Amino acid sequence: MFENAPLFPERASAIARQVDHLFLFALGGAAFFSILIAVLIFYLGIRYRRRSPSEVGRPPAEHSRSTTILEATWSLVPLGLLTILFVWGARLYFVIARPPANASELQVIGKQWMWKIQHPEGNREINELHVPVGRPIRLTLTSEDVIHSFFLPEFRIKTDVLPGRYSSLWFEADRIGTYHLFCAQYCGAEHSRMTGRVVVMEPHDYQSWLAGEKRGRPPAESGAALFVSKACVTCHRPDTAARAPVLTGLFGRRVALQDGRSIVADEGYIRESILNPQAKIVAGYQPIMPTFQGQVGEEELLQLIDYVKTLKPQGGS
Amino acid sequence: MSSEAAAAAAARHATTAPAHQFDSTAQQRETASLGMWVFLVTEMMFFGGLFLAYVVYRAAYPRAFVLGSHELDIVLGTTNTAVLIASSLTMALAVRSAQLGRRRGLVTFLVLTMILGSVFLGIKAYEYHHKYVEGFVPGPYFHYVGAEEPHVRIFFCLYFGLTGLHALHMIIGVGVLAVMLVMGARGRFGPNYYNPIECSGLYWHFVDIVWIFLFPLLYLVGRHT
Amino acid sequence: MAVRPAETGPPPKTHYLNAGYGIKSWLLTTDHKRIAILYLISVTFFFAIGGLMAVLIRMELATPEGDLFQSDTYNRLFTMHGIMMIFFFLIPSIPAVLGNFLVPIMVGARDLAFPRLNLMSWYIFNLGGLFTIWALLHGGVDTGWTFYTPYSTRYANSHVIATGLGIFIAGFSSILTGLNFVVTIHRMRAPGLTWFRLPLFIWAMYATSLIIILGTPVLAVTLLLLVAERLFRIGIFDASLGGDPLLFQHLFWFYSHPAVYIMILPAMGVVSEIVPAFARKKIFGYRFIAYSSLGLAVLSFLVWAHHMFVAGMSIYAAAVFSALSMLVAVPSAVKVFNWTATLYQGSVSWETPMLYALGFIGLFTMGGLTGVMLASLGIDVHVHDTYFIIAHFHYIMVGGAIMGYLGGLHYWWPKITGKLYPRFWSRISAMVIFIGFNVTFFPQFILGYLGMPRRYHVYPPEFQVLNVMSSAGATILGVGYLIPLIYFIWSMRYGPHASENPWGVVGLEWETTSPPPTDNFEETPVVTTGPYEYPQAGEVAGVL
Repeated sequence: MFENAPLFPERASAIARQVDHLFLFALGGAAFFSILIAVLIFYLGIRYRRRSPSEVGRPPAEHSRSTTILEATWSLVPLGLLTILFVWGARLYFVIARPPANASELQVIGKQWMWKIQHPEGNREINELHVPVGRPIRLTLTSEDVIHSFFLPEFRIKTDVLPGRYSSLWFEADRIGTYHLFCAQYCGAEHSRMTGRVVVMEPHDYQSWLAGEKRGRPPAESGAALFVSKACVTCHRPDTAARAPVLTGLFGRRVALQDGRSIVADEGYIRESILNPQAKIVAGYQPIMPTFQGQVGEEELLQLIDYVKTLKPQGGS
Repeated sequence: MSSEAAAAAAARHATTAPAHQFDSTAQQRETASLGMWVFLVTEMMFFGGLFLAYVVYRAAYPRAFVLGSHELDIVLGTTNTAVLIASSLTMALAVRSAQLGRRRGLVTFLVLTMILGSVFLGIKAYEYHHKYVEGFVPGPYFHYVGAEEPHVRIFFCLYFGLTGLHALHMIIGVGVLAVMLVMGARGRFGPNYYNPIECSGLYWHFVDIVWIFLFPLLYLVGRHT
Repeated sequence: MAVRPAETGPPPKTHYLNAGYGIKSWLLTTDHKRIAILYLISVTFFFAIGGLMAVLIRMELATPEGDLFQSDTYNRLFTMHGIMMIFFFLIPSIPAVLGNFLVPIMVGARDLAFPRLNLMSWYIFNLGGLFTIWALLHGGVDTGWTFYTPYSTRYANSHVIATGLGIFIAGFSSILTGLNFVVTIHRMRAPGLTWFRLPLFIWAMYATSLIIILGTPVLAVTLLLLVAERLFRIGIFDASLGGDPLLFQHLFWFYSHPAVYIMILPAMGVVSEIVPAFARKKIFGYRFIAYSSLGLAVLSFLVWAHHMFVAGMSIYAAAVFSALSMLVAVPSAVKVFNWTATLYQGSVSWETPMLYALGFIGLFTMGGLTGVMLASLGIDVHVHDTYFIIAHFHYIMVGGAIMGYLGGLHYWWPKITGKLYPRFWSRISAMVIFIGFNVTFFPQFILGYLGMPRRYHVYPPEFQVLNVMSSAGATILGVGYLIPLIYFIWSMRYGPHASENPWGVVGLEWETTSPPPTDNFEETPVVTTGPYEYPQAGEVAGVL
């Protein structure tokens, strides 16, 4: 229903379909109540129109049980419908927020006024995102300057992209095509032109595209090189385990901190640990790690994170 | 004229007719008080924004706040707290003097309150200068060496923001009291009309209470260890 | 022009408008009614500026290319449009014009509690406006009315500080007005006027004033922090210096969400007066409407983060704010049903004020229902920061608040000026405005769901048809707004004199002359009944 209608956007994913269903439910309810009120106003206003200049209306019944029941009805019925809208919307929101485990991981950096996309195989794109159909894609996004927003209308998703932290977005395209990418958070002069395309291809076309493009190094490899060149390996080694935590298997694991808290080691944690190591000291370690603020750029941080993600325990998957 | 006769004349003048929108002096007095209370609510929300920022950042960076707080001079801070509490006492006594028609008491206590307020501001100015010399004023010349550097800066943003806003209110308060002093010295106030003194007192006590919150939040973070 | 008999009458010999002549008697007045007129002039001036920005914006958006203005210029246009309309028109309009005029009269007082503070409020308002106009004349500001950091603090090359200070100053004007109203309503009611005998306009102004008092100071301190950040780079909102740009958003919306209730509650109060008046019938559910005004004031402070569902908040916090945002819709729904039920068995007159009030009910319902769509998280992710949002808030602000304001002006104009305006042209303009408004903003819902982001002046060509429709509607709407300007001014010179009670309705304001004397009443009224007590059929002599 509503495929390719000129007043309705295309649907490029299953989530898009679910968002549309929720929207149509809400739209139906809104239309119903708007029309109801409009009809009532016209009906009552004409039926009881003033017929002589000195006519007055009949006063309403005083605080009777029926008025209270009426008030209760038109408070509770809307509340019930609103509860449905809330629960349905919240569940969909949680699904939108939680990427599946097997998603391909891409990185996006937004800056005035372009999007830089990095594929794990090493391909880099500007303002374009090529993806294979049927595969869940997870994006890790950050900004180099102001707040932007990565908006894919045909997928019905967006997230603000902030400086100094990571946002996350996932989608799974279920049809071939080219779709819009917009920046949806005002970011300065050329905000309207910070747009691009998402190109969804058949899997074999996508592989050809990957191979055919002049690609750079996969970010995880660049990260491995940085890990050595920035001397991280001096401390984060198995034989110096007393000095610094070993990073094998770190990503996604729960970490116990010195102040008693425990947090999950995600992209944001690793980024913070590089730039501001004193913020979260791992339990049992001294605060001796120096800060790398100013020595690594956003791309390099993402490469290091990608590298740490590859550090899985031996024999593990 | 002898001082008793002058006081009696002043007390007669002190019975003023209410402004034209009011039906009685009682209504005028109650309305003015309510107005001052409502104004103080807005002031609470004004400081409230900064308190909210404080709560958020302290929850996120507790250690930075401990480090920042330890850079403040606790002796001066405690002294200032005592000074302000004393000034609230003298302010309350000033209001009492006005209620009882004691012009000399009113003037004395107003002057004492203003002196104590000025002492507070003087100590604050000294502290600010010290922080400036140490390089703890957020801005291009902020310079803190040590762990937690970026977030200690946030602590000082809140320190200067909160105490600066508070000091501004103190300065205005001292100005208001100066006006009250001039009017009081001329015998404008008495048992029938002391509402402006009462409202000034409310304002002064409010500014004092804000400091009572600021002092532990800024000076006493992590001092129990 | 044709007027019905009881509408006209000889003017009173002395009233507040001829009580004194000369510029000093106006610029130094403490009469709340004259101050209301001063505000009317100021807000109309700022509305004209904001309206001009809107015209230019819609002209640019008629084509997909950026061919009328440079990007930077367009960004300054929509920013100034938002700032002028929100802070210098919508927030002051009903409270400072209609509220200032009516609150003392409706409570039976001679003036507000603090008349000199009221005058100072007007001067402060204009001072704030002056700062903002200065900024506008020197190139304006391009951050959007929301001033998000770090763009506004580190990247914007425009007069952020002057504009921020202008809004800061105007905020104090708002606070003082709110303070004045709260104290007046508490302390200056006439004998016999208990809380539940107060007109619902007073309940609405009271609830609005509570929001103003509690919310505006938070905006004030937020703007100060913004200015300090921009001037001194203190770092409080700067991620690279340890701060958090999201904190700015929380602080900003903590005021700016309740602010929208500052804009709509007074309009609801106006509608609550017009509907019983033009049905000549007691309003249905008086207490429910009064309580729902207070309920809105409280709940409005609990929902601010629904502006930040995709900003990077915890998804659990988002769920809490979504639930609360659903809740805040209920009191508004209660009002809409109560207003509609008032028409039942009424004597409904379709005069111009009633046209505006009924139009309000319809358009506010539509706008409010799209609001609950936005409160639903799954929908908001898609339509946030698109034209859907723009359509939503314009339905409430323009279809709601401005129509409420115009309805109030048309209802009380004979009382304020002692003159009647042309019935024919007033009805025509009400309908032109209604049609123009819907043609302008309904297509924007569709544009938003299609994906057109807001604050774009360049857009994909497939969005052009809807944009052209919207721009055409804006032209109609603009014409619709010009017509009342003309006949209101005309009426002051050439309109027939209004009687004490030209509409034949009940209310304290209709028991004094049109225009009222400086002290509002010959003698302080003594109130013995509730509001909207219409006589039974057959006892109408007292009404007309």
